[in-house]
Amino acid sequence: MKTINLDYAAAAPVEPAVLEYMLPYFKEYYGNPSSGHSLGERPRKALEEAREKVGILLEAEPKNIIFTSSASESNNLAIKGLAASAKNKGNHIISSTIEHFSILNQLKTLQKNGYEVTLIPVDRHGFLSLDKLAEAIKDETILISIQTANPEIGTIQPVEKIAAIAREKGITFHTDATAAAGWIPLSVEKMGVDLLTLAGDQFYGPKGTGALFIRRGVRLTPLIEGGIQERGLRAGTENVALIAGMGEAARIASENIEQNSKVVAAQRDKLKESLLANVPHLHLNGHPEQRVPRNLNLSVEFVEGEALLMRLNMVGIHVSSGSSCTSQALKSSHVLSAIGVPPELAQGSLLFTLGKENIADDIPYITEQLGQVAGLLRNMSPLYHQYLKEAEKNAPVQ
Amino acid sequence: MPQYSDKVMDHFTNPRNIGEITDPDGVGEVGNPVCGDMMKFTIKVKDGRIEDVKYLTFGCGAAISVSSMVSEMAKGKTLEEALKITNKQVAEELGGLPGNKMHCSNLGADALHKAIEDYMEKNKIKAESGS
Ligand code: FES
Repeated sequence: MKTINLDYAAAAPVEPAVLEYMLPYFKEYYGNPSSGHSLGERPRKALEEAREKVGILLEAEPKNIIFTSSASESNNLAIKGLAASAKNKGNHIISSTIEHFSILNQLKTLQKNGYEVTLIPVDRHGFLSLDKLAEAIKDETILISIQTANPEIGTIQPVEKIAAIAREKGITFHTDATAAAGWIPLSVEKMGVDLLTLAGDQFYGPKGTGALFIRRGVRLTPLIEGGIQERGLRAGTENVALIAGMGEAARIASENIEQNSKVVAAQRDKLKESLLANVPHLHLNGHPEQRVPRNLNLSVEFVEGEALLMRLNMVGIHVSSGSSCTSQALKSSHVLSAIGVPPELAQGSLLFTLGKENIADDIPYITEQLGQVAGLLRNMSPLYHQYLKEAEKNAPVQ
Repeated sequence: MPQYSDKVMDHFTNPRNIGEITDPDGVGEVGNPVCGDMMKFTIKVKDGRIEDVKYLTFGCGAAISVSSMVSEMAKGKTLEEALKITNKQVAEELGGLPGNKMHCSNLGADALHKAIEDYMEKNKIKAESGS
């Protein structure tokens, strides 16, 4: 059976050229970049090259890039690191209700440790309320952390405006750009951010790679202490091969960003149109246009997401869902509830993230299968039967 | 996706007894407010036995398998026997459920019991107290 991956956000294959690029760093150039002797030279150089390439992707100075193990780690270093180092300045942090759990969960921990947190609400498209943000700022505010784009509904925030508000008040601004990096052009200068998170696996680099841009002058307390690797901000021997791979993936992504985004967005739109035109009772979540090119989020009314996902999996289609039952948290997606999607619809949400591979030929199959699966599950859904009865009652008498 | 047993997958793939009996003798509906799942059981009773049982389910894979399994377990049983079907038994019959899915199994037996109680109430039958 053919398999169609529409869950690239969860995992994407490493770009073949990236894999090739990494291999020598496992074999010939296995030296420790901190070594004083010549075995360390090439690995050390690889790190600096990777820094440059990630820097190009973000239009940032290479020396302001720190390598980590993941976007989650970068987010933790940014937030906990800043909170600890700025404790004498204040204890108030502002973020949004739709951030990733690697932000929200640490904010909860910080709250327990005496920090104050304000989460700014978003509108039905997922846009942050700038007014509420400005109102929330206090003398004690040390950090504002707002994502560049939402991984689930794709909405792209007006980061420049948020950064301007923060800058005016002298508050450090962090953005989690994990869902955006490699897919929309990013420039730390134009955006005006002080801290920016990304992960290599989101643009065909290896899993287990992350980076944090740290503007000069921003002081962070390290989470991992030990040696002086990564400017003393992250101790431990660097994962040279993987970092080199992330760098190479960043280079390829920055060269192709425009083309990739265009192609992927066109495919995403075709898929969206085909599904909406052929499968009844679908609802789009997030903003129709202002979203990451590869992201599509739909709610399939009257059915639940995990059941959909399992059925689609059986016919070779891999998607993800924000429903309770798949997140294993037994709650529906915090993002969908924050944008006001009613619980029954949030339960039936499907998240498609496309890759740059061509799926044009698969769209009829995906549409047909989703139609069948939805029909099958609706046939056993009490909500759907209720709906049919109501519709019948309200139908005009012939 | 959670790890489901073959039995769960079988009932999920080929759910038995889906639907709604048009003039049921008893109706039982339950909903789980936490995850918003719903199950509706309808039964037909003849000579004190469950002659037919159908269900509708809005819920996860486990919830669908659970309702299918409950419907099979209940069919042909006397009301008293069917009332004794426990959530635990259902989960066992399915070859186990992942820990965070145990609550889904609560829905199935509860909905069936409600349908039986509904029938008993309508027909003024008292459930045996057992003593
Ligand atoms: S019915 Fe809610 S998780 Fe299964």
